Amino acid sequence: MTVGDASTPGRAIRVVTLYDDVMNVYADRGNLIALRARAAEHGVGVEVTAVSLGDPLPPDADLVLIGGGQDREQRRIADELAAHGPALRAWAGAGTAMLAVCGGFQLFGRWYRDASGTELPGAGVFDVTTLAPGPGAARCIGDILAAAEIAGVGEVVGFENHGGRTYLGPGAYPFARVEFGRGNNGEDGTEGAVYRNAVGTYLHGSLLPKNPALLDWLIAAALRHRYGESAPEATLTPRPAPYAERAHASASAVARRRSPKFEPVVK
Amino acid sequence: MVAPSNAPTVRERAALILGRAAGTAARRLGRGGGTALPGLVAGALAPSLLGRLARQAGQGVVTVTGTNGKTTTTHLLAAILRAHGVRPLTNPSGSNLERGLVAAYIEDALPDGRIADAEHRVGVFEVDEAVLARLFPRLHPRVAVFLNLFRDQLDRYGEVDSVGEGWGGMLARASRDCTLVLNADDPSIAQLTHGTHAGVITFGVDDAAVRLPRAEHASDARFCRCGGRFAYDAIYMGHVGVWRCTSCGERRPVPRVSARRVALRPDGSTVEVAIDGALVTFEVPMAGLYSVYNALAAAAAAHALGVPVTTIVRALGEAGPAFGRQEQFDIDGRKVRVLLAKNPAGMNELLRALVAGAPDGQPVHLLAMLNDGVQDGQDVSWIYDADIEVLAGHPVTVTCSGDRADDFALRWHLAGIDPAAVVPDTEAAIDDALRRTPAGGRLDVVATYTAMIDAREALARRAGVAAYWEKAAR
Repeated sequence: MTVGDASTPGRAIRVVTLYDDVMNVYADRGNLIALRARAAEHGVGVEVTAVSLGDPLPPDADLVLIGGGQDREQRRIADELAAHGPALRAWAGAGTAMLAVCGGFQLFGRWYRDASGTELPGAGVFDVTTLAPGPGAARCIGDILAAAEIAGVGEVVGFENHGGRTYLGPGAYPFARVEFGRGNNGEDGTEGAVYRNAVGTYLHGSLLPKNPALLDWLIAAALRHRYGESAPEATLTPRPAPYAERAHASASAVARRRSPKFEPVVK
Repeated sequence: MVAPSNAPTVRERAALILGRAAGTAARRLGRGGGTALPGLVAGALAPSLLGRLARQAGQGVVTVTGTNGKTTTTHLLAAILRAHGVRPLTNPSGSNLERGLVAAYIEDALPDGRIADAEHRVGVFEVDEAVLARLFPRLHPRVAVFLNLFRDQLDRYGEVDSVGEGWGGMLARASRDCTLVLNADDPSIAQLTHGTHAGVITFGVDDAAVRLPRAEHASDARFCRCGGRFAYDAIYMGHVGVWRCTSCGERRPVPRVSARRVALRPDGSTVEVAIDGALVTFEVPMAGLYSVYNALAAAAAAHALGVPVTTIVRALGEAGPAFGRQEQFDIDGRKVRVLLAKNPAGMNELLRALVAGAPDGQPVHLLAMLNDGVQDGQDVSWIYDADIEVLAGHPVTVTCSGDRADDFALRWHLAGIDPAAVVPDTEAAIDDALRRTPAGGRLDVVATYTAMIDAREALARRAGVAAYWEKAAR
């Protein structure tokens, strides 16, 4: 049975943005812009709660977004975000969809040792740790193309710009495998991390506008969290996204042309 | 008087000759540009050329840096100095790395490597914000202008903070005979006064009528150097406004060159300005509040150099636009204006000026060009930090073009404005956009750096105006 969007009026997802006034250095608000527009096309309302410094978390959320920031900004939010760690881990365990990008991904891990050697605590949603290498090491900057490990999401494209090198712990799964670009650390070919419906990644660019399959997957996951796995409201009817698909194809061609094909580092 | 030690060495003279020959060859071969090559060649052969150039300018050197407005401010300051009877020594438009400054030297060098009439000349150089710290000790500027600091080309600079930190270290070593011309309204610029012995002249806007109703998204200085959060009594653009720190209490300094009343029009602005208490009226020849800031900066720098206020006022009124910055061409009965937009803050100001320039629901016709070369920023994500949405609800026709036309089209679509056409090729896109602009109307071309160069060249050819390298390199 196909449930049309028109038959489910009033369905909506509860979105929490974390520190979007602090962590937004690489145009991460594009993710929220794309989410609102795409959700509207699917007949899904978006109720946004912006949580910043000093704010409590709401009781529950269907989708959590956090963007990237510079070291200075990460230092500002790290303690508070880590204090929200138990709640965020509980949400993720209960199937809340999440997208943590770049600096936000680093702080969704266990800890991040920044360029000054200071160790910032993380929220611990993902079993990953991040080290900023010394000042001599190059930042990972460039177009990136990776194959998502999530069924149906396929190829994801974006731009990465990070000093930190992230390593997956035994309890973490990569979000994607790098085909062109560098990914988590430039060594093992992993990109980001995924835990249930939570995704951490270095891809900005912005990510969701030109990766409509990932965007739809997040909206569907958020709907399932809100209404239950088999509820009619949780069904998304496939629909084309012509502008997004063309931008995806264009960014994909750029990454293939401009970025190094990933080769694993042999030690 | 030129000290004997300023005479160029044999090696430097040879480098100047070879650099010039490289430029001539490039132009003969029909390779457009030819502006980067001479400086690159000469600078590589004799790295001491830059310091030699600076020491020859008898009236000292002015550097102009910041994310937005470098070319226009340099252009306006050079115009003021010419009106004052001083021949400026200046780098070709937008060529603001070391090679661009060396190119200016090559352009003006006599056969013996000296600069003509050097003792009466002032060097006026726009300098890329990321390379200024490296060039500053060799240029030893008499006046250093700092316009603003916004996020721009993060794929090149890494992070915004590192640029500001580089400036801080550089100014800690600046001498007392250097005067800093600082934007009082940008806290990341105004706070450069900490830890330096250099003198300071500030400029800013004191007209609540031109403030924004709310903060913009493209704000890059939310936090004070003390770690506290900034609050604003008025925001003019991005994080630029009448700021104060909610923690340490530091507040925006009272500007010595201050715009007291600003009247913005589609093609320019009339501004009542107080310069150290003297009230004058500027006619700024370019649209937008950001152009007003550039004029204030140029005026403050000229004031620091001792140019009389009456000369400043006259020269600003007579100045035209700089290369590719609001230049206008007449093509097929349409006015075509070229606007450089390469970062969110610049784009926001442009869009705001376009809306202000089309009152009563008059349609805006746009050719929006996005390239992703090194000079444009290879990371095109910045378009999501720009408030394209300010045009939603306004009648707009947009043709999207450039290497990343599809990315730009998606951005406009998400802002609620579906492009009329997506045409990556420049010439075909110009045809399309002109066709959508009624006769007698205006087409605005909003483009990133290399797209602007492409579009300007194509438009100039159609309008019968000199090509890029003929104009930029003379």
